[in-house]
Amino acid sequence: MRIAICVKEVPDPTAAKRIDEGTMRLVRSGENTLNPYDRHAIEAAVQIKEGPAPDTEITIVTVGPESAGRSVDRALAQGGDQSVHVADEAAAGSDLLGTARILAAALKRGNYDLILLGQQAADSECYVMAGLVAELLELPCVTQAASIELGDGAVTVKRQVETGYDTVKAALPCVVSVSDAINDPRYPPLPAIMGAKRKPHEIVSLAELGVDAATVGAAGAGTAIGGLSKPEGRGDTIVIEDDGSAAEQLLAFLIEKKVVA
Amino acid sequence: MAGIAVLCEVQGGQIAKGSLGVLEEAARLGAALGEPVDAIVCGSGLDDAAMGALGGFGAAKVIVADDAALASGIAQPVVDACATAQESGQYRYWLAGASIMSADAMAGLAARLGAGIVIDAVELHGEGGALVTRRSGLGDSVLAHCGFTTPVGVVVTRANAFAATEGNGGSAPVERIAPAFRSYSQAVQLVGHEDAEDSGPDIGAADVLVAGGRGLGDAAGFALVEECASAFGGAVAATRAVVDAGWYPYSAQVGQTGKTVTPKLYVACGISGAIQHKVGMQGSGTIVAINKDKNAPIFDYADFGIIGDLNTVVPKLTELVKARG
Ligand SMILES: Cc1cc2nc3c(=O)[nH]c(=O)nc-3n(C[C@H](O)[C@H](O)[C@H](O)COP(=O)(O)OP(=O)(O)OC[C@H]3O[C@@H](n4cnc5c(N)ncnc54)[C@H](O)[C@@H]3O)c2cc1C
Ligand SMILES: Cc1cc2nc3c(=O)[nH]c(=O)nc-3n(C[C@H](O)[C@H](O)[C@H](O)COP(=O)(O)OP(=O)(O)OC[C@H]3O[C@@H](n4cnc5c(N)ncnc54)[C@H](O)[C@@H]3O)c2cc1C
Repeated sequence: MRIAICVKEVPDPTAAKRIDEGTMRLVRSGENTLNPYDRHAIEAAVQIKEGPAPDTEITIVTVGPESAGRSVDRALAQGGDQSVHVADEAAAGSDLLGTARILAAALKRGNYDLILLGQQAADSECYVMAGLVAELLELPCVTQAASIELGDGAVTVKRQVETGYDTVKAALPCVVSVSDAINDPRYPPLPAIMGAKRKPHEIVSLAELGVDAATVGAAGAGTAIGGLSKPEGRGDTIVIEDDGSAAEQLLAFLIEKKVVA
Repeated sequence: MAGIAVLCEVQGGQIAKGSLGVLEEAARLGAALGEPVDAIVCGSGLDDAAMGALGGFGAAKVIVADDAALASGIAQPVVDACATAQESGQYRYWLAGASIMSADAMAGLAARLGAGIVIDAVELHGEGGALVTRRSGLGDSVLAHCGFTTPVGVVVTRANAFAATEGNGGSAPVERIAPAFRSYSQAVQLVGHEDAEDSGPDIGAADVLVAGGRGLGDAAGFALVEECASAFGGAVAATRAVVDAGWYPYSAQVGQTGKTVTPKLYVACGISGAIQHKVGMQGSGTIVAINKDKNAPIFDYADFGIIGDLNTVVPKLTELVKARG
């Protein structure tokens, strides 16, 4: 079984983020990390390999600058066998459509049985990449999987919808994005972290993938940001650190606000 | 390209409330741009008169794709239906609400049409003869004025961004189309469905909600928030992460896919504050957050935040509230 996992490097989710008013792009110069939601997709693949399909080969696929190699290593340490990293300056500034085009081209070469994604990216909080990639690859797609079961050349997925939980079955090959409750990702042990660098890394350009640079990156973006403004905030926030009296302080606040009689 | 198409979703036999709000907003946008608005409905066994009533919410025409393949609420056959509607309608914009199905369908359609797609739009403006959205981002600290460079633009709006009225009672002509389905679009089968049980307390009616997230550690951790909620005379709410994990019933879920609540007091315990949770509770009177991570996004929209361990803070709060009687 061949599994590909699409992973994204994102600015540290806990750091303050801002958009550059010149380029209208997210400033990514600070500390970056592997998108935490993607760790659940990696864990899901590792569990398939440890369970029903031991001969599974796991490929980490990313689109991002060369510096994103650190997050690729992080993903490999958690359980990938090899990586495909599309690094090309012409890919910078890609929107959802452009990134999906690049990912689809990279995935097409691998003939994967199962393509996994995270539920959302922590920086953009979009949650639709799986749908775009599946359509470009002309593959069946299931998003927001709360559980995955493999068998009979298909995946059976339980997923939340507005009216409750659906169970759906999709024939392989297919594209699945996983919910952050599907599993508890394990932290890789030190030897795995050390060993990640030695796993096969492939760095490819858009030309090598046969992607026309005019259809991706800033040049090919279908969306365009013309300006930024500030939304109305909620007003003042009081944040305290618990020194043992936090509950008392909260209650006093609620009484003052007349929320509690 | 001309006109605006709004995907109107059928949920439990009725047009989803979220879709109606988007349709009405589209009608305002259409008036500003001079573009007619069509409603697109996909399903099985749909009634012409009921669909025509979308005219009362701003649709000039209602395009109905009625096929057994569209009965299950799976997105890919809906992509095919929308693509068929696009062939005859040549719409300039496609709009939809933020449901699981609608978002997936718009993603597929954007890829099929090579169209730019904006997620989480909170405002729709006609500027210089074109649609320019306001896309809220980075924990709602910035609004990007985001338009399109492609001939067709696709928009998924934020949950609850556009509230629906009761409509004006009008109706619109209904046109039926026969979607051209693709084989891969029909490779996902619905094999089971569990309806969300609406037993337990009605969280929509509670004045105080004490909400638990993954920070509770496990299902047993919910005892803490249950005791706290009962001290306040309120009810318990939950995030998708804990509902998906089976720690708490779906009927208590607040957020984009779950319920929208507006209690006087919302106490978030061990909840990070993802946008998909926020959209369901940001209308609460007072928001309190208890989280051990000082950088958790929930602190950006809490009125009172406590950086600390919920296992010590919550029981103490429960005791203090109980003591007041
Ligand atoms: C605040 C903000 C808002 C944005 N809004 C929009 C918008 O409305 N429309 C738009 O077109 N673009 C938007 N973008 C740009 C968009 O985030 C990037 O184009 C990004 O490269 C791809 O989309 P995503 O990560 O948002 O996808 P999501 O749908 O959030 O990602 C889901 C999954 O896709 C996979 N994935 C995503 N990116 C990559 C990658 N580079 N390599 C490998 N796998 C990946 C991961 O598995 C991830 O978990 C926004 C960016 C920011 C910072
Ligand atoms: C299409 C879509 C729809 C969605 N719909 C919904 C929805 O309807 N509702 C919803 O809630 N989510 C929804 N989500 C999921 C959402 O994006 C988040 O994944 C989810 O809300 C996270 O839940 P959480 O805060 O419980 O978990 P986490 O994000 O894991 O946060 C847990 C928090 O607990 C804190 N913590 C841990 N231990 C302690 C302790 N001892 N004391 C104090 N704090 C502690 C941590 O610091 C962390 O901030 C949706 C996502 C998508 C993509």
